[in-house]
Amino acid sequence: MSQKNRLPGGQIDRSQNLDFTFDGKRFTGHPGDTLASALMANGVRLMGRSFKYHRPRGVLTSGSEEPNALVELRSGARQEPNTRATTAELFDGLEARSQNRWPSLTFDAMAVNDRFSNFLTAGFYYKTFMWPAAFWEKLYEPIIRKAAGLGSLSLEEDPDSYDKGYLHCDLLIVGAGPAGLSAALTAGRSGARVILADEDFAMGGRLNAETFAIDDTAGAEWAAAAVAELHGMNNVRLMPRTTVIGGFDHGIYGAVERVSDHLPTPAPGKSRQILWRVYTRRALLCAGAIERPIAFANNDRPGILLAGAMRAYANRWAATPAQKVAVFTNNDDGHRTARDLMAKGVRVAAVIDVRPDAPRIADCELLAGAQVIDTSGRLGLSFVKLRQADGSERIIECGALGVSGGWNPNVHLTCHQRGRPAWNPAISAFVPGTDLPQGQSVAGAAAGAFSTHAALRSGAEQAAAILGDLGIKPDKARLPRAEDAPVNIQPFWHVTEGRGRAWLDQQNDVTVKDVKLAHQENFRSVEHLKRYTTLGMATDQGKTSNMGGLAIMAELAGKSIPGVGTTIFRPPYTPVAMGTLGGRARGAHFHPVRETPSHIWAREQGAVFVEAGNWLRAQWFPRPGETHWRQSVDREVRAVRGSVGVCDVTTLGKIDVQGTDAAAFLNKVYANGFAKLAVGKTRYGLMLREDGIVMDDGTTARLAEDHFVMTTTTANAVPVYRHLEFVRQCLFPDMDVQLISTTEAWAQYAVAGPNARKLLQKIVDPGFDISNEAFPFMACGAVTICGGLRARLFRISFSGELAYEIAVPTRYGDALIRRLMAAGEEFDVTPYGTEALGVMRIEKGHAAGNELNGTTTALNLRMGRMVSKKKDAIGSTLSERAGLNTPDALALVGFLPKLPEEKVTAGGHLMNREGPLDAKHDQGYVTSACYSPILNSHIGIGYLKSGSERMGERLRLVSPLTGQNIEVEVVSAHFVDPEGDRLRA
Amino acid sequence: MMIDHPLLGPRDAQEFTYLGDASLIDRPDWQAEDAVDQFHDYLYLRDNPAGEHRELWFHEVGDRSWLVVTRNTLTHQITSVELARDVARSRGRSK
Amino acid sequence: MKYSGLRVIKEALTGHRGWGPAWRDPEPQKSYDYVIIGGGGHGLATAYYLAKHFGKKRIAVLEKGWIGGGNVGRNTTIIRSNYLLDGNEPFYEYSLKLWEGLEQELNYNAMVSQRGILNLYHSDGQRDAFVRRGNAMILNGADAELLDVDQIRARYPFLDFENARFPIKGGLAQHRGGTVRHDAVAWGYARGADSHGVDILQNCEVTGLRIEAGAIRGVETSRGYIGAGKVASCVAGSSSRVMALADIRLPIESHVLQAFVSEGLKPVLPGVITFGAGHFYCSQSDKGGLVFGGDIDGYNSYAQRGNLPTVEDVCESGMALIPALGRARLLRMWGGVMDMSMDGSPIIDRTHIDGLYFNGGWCYGGFKATPASGMCYAHLLATDTPHETATAYRLDRFRRGRMIDEKGVGAQPNLH
Repeated sequence: MSQKNRLPGGQIDRSQNLDFTFDGKRFTGHPGDTLASALMANGVRLMGRSFKYHRPRGVLTSGSEEPNALVELRSGARQEPNTRATTAELFDGLEARSQNRWPSLTFDAMAVNDRFSNFLTAGFYYKTFMWPAAFWEKLYEPIIRKAAGLGSLSLEEDPDSYDKGYLHCDLLIVGAGPAGLSAALTAGRSGARVILADEDFAMGGRLNAETFAIDDTAGAEWAAAAVAELHGMNNVRLMPRTTVIGGFDHGIYGAVERVSDHLPTPAPGKSRQILWRVYTRRALLCAGAIERPIAFANNDRPGILLAGAMRAYANRWAATPAQKVAVFTNNDDGHRTARDLMAKGVRVAAVIDVRPDAPRIADCELLAGAQVIDTSGRLGLSFVKLRQADGSERIIECGALGVSGGWNPNVHLTCHQRGRPAWNPAISAFVPGTDLPQGQSVAGAAAGAFSTHAALRSGAEQAAAILGDLGIKPDKARLPRAEDAPVNIQPFWHVTEGRGRAWLDQQNDVTVKDVKLAHQENFRSVEHLKRYTTLGMATDQGKTSNMGGLAIMAELAGKSIPGVGTTIFRPPYTPVAMGTLGGRARGAHFHPVRETPSHIWAREQGAVFVEAGNWLRAQWFPRPGETHWRQSVDREVRAVRGSVGVCDVTTLGKIDVQGTDAAAFLNKVYANGFAKLAVGKTRYGLMLREDGIVMDDGTTARLAEDHFVMTTTTANAVPVYRHLEFVRQCLFPDMDVQLISTTEAWAQYAVAGPNARKLLQKIVDPGFDISNEAFPFMACGAVTICGGLRARLFRISFSGELAYEIAVPTRYGDALIRRLMAAGEEFDVTPYGTEALGVMRIEKGHAAGNELNGTTTALNLRMGRMVSKKKDAIGSTLSERAGLNTPDALALVGFLPKLPEEKVTAGGHLMNREGPLDAKHDQGYVTSACYSPILNSHIGIGYLKSGSERMGERLRLVSPLTGQNIEVEVVSAHFVDPEGDRLRA
Repeated sequence: MMIDHPLLGPRDAQEFTYLGDASLIDRPDWQAEDAVDQFHDYLYLRDNPAGEHRELWFHEVGDRSWLVVTRNTLTHQITSVELARDVARSRGRSK
Repeated sequence: MKYSGLRVIKEALTGHRGWGPAWRDPEPQKSYDYVIIGGGGHGLATAYYLAKHFGKKRIAVLEKGWIGGGNVGRNTTIIRSNYLLDGNEPFYEYSLKLWEGLEQELNYNAMVSQRGILNLYHSDGQRDAFVRRGNAMILNGADAELLDVDQIRARYPFLDFENARFPIKGGLAQHRGGTVRHDAVAWGYARGADSHGVDILQNCEVTGLRIEAGAIRGVETSRGYIGAGKVASCVAGSSSRVMALADIRLPIESHVLQAFVSEGLKPVLPGVITFGAGHFYCSQSDKGGLVFGGDIDGYNSYAQRGNLPTVEDVCESGMALIPALGRARLLRMWGGVMDMSMDGSPIIDRTHIDGLYFNGGWCYGGFKATPASGMCYAHLLATDTPHETATAYRLDRFRRGRMIDEKGVGAQPNLH
């Protein structure tokens, strides 16, 4: 197809053709085109359908504020819904499809909604679909949901990657139009570290869209020269295709750089987009202004667009929506469109200006004091109907209408910290208020300085002021000459005459009538208006529509526009791909992986791993022929209890505590006493939160008078360390105590089972006596192993067996596990994983994560007496509160099922054998359960009301969620070796 | 947010972990007659001001200092950052 | 005026001239029997039930801005009753039952949509906790179902089942959970309350509480003094500010929670889904936007806005759970001020000042509680006894050691 609406000139590279498709139809454009400009050049006006009524819509704008021309870009897993044709850079092979239509864009069956629009007014759904109640989910809502949304996701995994980066600068300049370039030149020449970001692929802003000269060159050429100069400065980073999405606290800005969106696929090794976090000393907003439409009957037909956009398409992209156009305006700027299009050889039927005294600027028919009262053309504009100044009607034939209702300074980023814009009557628009984000200034059209001269000047002046603040001497260069036309505008928001609907929010199909209805029903505050009508809630966030709705509400309420209020903007400036915000943290890389020192060895053994926080731990070690995890786990448990096993326990937190006050410090953080712990001994410690609830538990060893090593649970290693530092720095700042986390410095293995000592004796150097007499239960000390390697040995036991934990510097962890396995061959030493570890600790009734659930007291653990009343420890005072010490308090007990093969369900609730099974009669719950290969029975431990006094009682264990209801007997939680003979052996 | 660490200079607040009101430094005397009430007020009740707030941040992925940051809860503006240990000493905490 | 499909048709044919204001904007009277501070969901619901169910008269709701402008207008619209603890579950289940009849009660379609909520788990420990919770739900008369991976895959085939850092091992579903059109809840209750004679006073900020001899007498407002028999604070994130007017310190901190919505997309998510290995929950609105959120930013704030690290954290979790979201765009983010309590559970109680009542501490779970909170607060205001489902929500529970700590993280509000 020919580019029938392509004009001469423009900033496109006609030497190259780019082929693309829209709804399967092939077209040709050129480098420099956007999808919208290329479609326009090819004579396409209809580009989309609206959300609610499926009205045919064409392009309204030439920028990221576009509400209508949204397409699904690309295909397959790269399908990208709701992409603005106005900002999509054309590339060879681009595929785009229209959205929200069936079966086709030109014939959309859902457009039947438009026939019923009178029934589907703002908020109609709040008033109906209520009867019968069940029909909402079954009938009404499914129909509504079927119609939801515009574009669709592929539901395939995004194949592209995304990166994140961090930048620092003295001055971030947002927008590279005349103000931004002028500011960047001033700051760049002065040596400041400058970042200049612009969402467009070509810097220059409106200079690329207008025909103004700067000094004696065309604006676009001046911009190109300025960019070239900035490009040569080492202290300036130019970031085209980069949208500053939000201004956050303390001068931090988020920016999205579209690295590869202008390419068919990202180059190898390149990401699709980058999220930059920009740390700025100062920021200057030079984001320009956004034109606003005038509402009139049927103002939404394809071919009706903003006058400034029409001019941009003609000047920059050499495209026109039609060969014969008209302009409808309330200000001088609209006339420029007529003038520029005529200069390109487009016929301009008339300039229709609502102002009776409109000036003659373009050399075409001027209809002053006239208004557009209707339009026609089903899939594209063909006629506009006017009411002329003399009261007569007139019909003008044209294929496009440029509309200008004035310009709104683009104050978006000034509002991101909830700053409110202020009304400037001189330009009939909101300008940045005084409560700007810390460190932010505004220049150019964004500050209401609309002429090219004013933009250049304010950019330079603001930059100079900022440099002054930062103590950098500003470069004083001559300001180039440029037009300085005043803003002549008569506020005019909507044409009251006309029978058709007058559209405000074209994507969400909000009309002037909807605003009136909202007013009538008392949804009058700006926020109620938005929420009730959905005005400004679409993908463009009301950049072209909010102002009109506000003005009409002001009229209805008899108030001024600022009297009604304004809605503020929230980040992001334009919508941001979730992938970009997620970056590389997805899939297997969602969180970093921490591997234990024995990981490589365990992998060689074929271990099955399990996540424990960020750690990966061996869960069990399957052997050939084992087909079910239980076979492996049962074997591992029997092996430990029968001979000896080894388990990597490095993940437990280790905190080194040193200093003359170390013992006093531990006495504060543990509820039980530590002051009298002998050197060479280890003690179980119970750590409470200040509210008296158990925070963590573990063993702490005293290696020297002033040196302890604390262990924490794997899950609490970080919070416990933080807590200890709080106690040290904030509560007892003069204690002589130092802390350091050594979790990753030591590889630690549990060696457990009746042959544990024999095994260790083979590797501990002969000079160290680890006999039961010399190194009894709870002993600890420094040893050397394997001929001189320093190690720490602790005789502690989680399994209930004769057991040790042995620690060596982490880099020897792999060697140690291999040595233990080799040395233990004669005992058939068995590596065991976290499952067997869990089974054995349940058999011993030791509390772990499931028991220490953040609501557990020492009393619940049947360790109430450990909380010393003789000293001040964190949590001891508040643990005395009555509610934590009721007579029927939960106590940790064990449960045996009546039939050993019946599974005990962790999370099951306990009920009295007789009586109702409901929450009111709840007696407690099972926290942990397993199959005990030692008892040949399923077992469980858990909390039971008055549990200590109910040994032998039979209860029902119910788990309606898993369909269980069995009888269990209350027993001691110490199923195996309750007297502890084995661990002292 | 940026926190101007007294020892390390400006750092992204993401390096820190937040605890809460700096009054948590003022832990009551466990031997007071109404110790339970005092501890209750200390641990559970907050001024929760809309405005200037002195609060505790822990430089968890940094130097592990606890800091007292004075920050406005309406604007997030930070006006002072001190080492919590210094603050604690100045409030009479010792051993 | 009664709303109905027939009425909509009639109005459509007659130019919509018959629709009246959904609520009036009356001038304040000199005094009321009941002054409710806060025109959010809870305050409006309280006024509605106080008037409708308890037959009380002379009720005003005072709102400093526009009604529904607080958290009821800025949440992720989820309703559910999947709580664990005895102090909570009966209350939230009662709330869910009230939601189920809300439209008919209010004659206002708030689009209560019971599309189900699914909480995923990724470890055995999480499973055990979910089993306990699911059982507690069923034993309290709520519904719960434990789903295995295949069942989840059938409903949500696009979750990351292949390459996840923390593989999905199952989930706890509550099929009666779902979403509600949040703004409509405020408007529906406002319209209902107004029709029962409640005065809704917008742009009426309370600046002082008049207390004499230990009893409340009235409130100073930006629209003048208003006398009151009983004053009920119901202002969520502003709780500490209002109660400070009576020199009451609360077990509450105000924190910012951000929430997010994507551009409108053709339906993807049938129900509400919650990631168990990161901070992300998500549903899809009837307009097609993915509505999602995560954790609070973590520092005290009244600013109604948050910062980028939390945004990234939430989106990282979203991408980890649903890798196909990469090309969906986040459209808008906003922040609400949460009244984070010291145990993560709310307070509905009298204060030591006669006639002054307090409702707050909803953390970020207040939306789903709206009907029950309103009903229980109205019950307390009308009868001076707590509603049977809200007996645990006492101000002195921390002093007594009766915390209701679902998460088990203790007296640190930003962790709840």
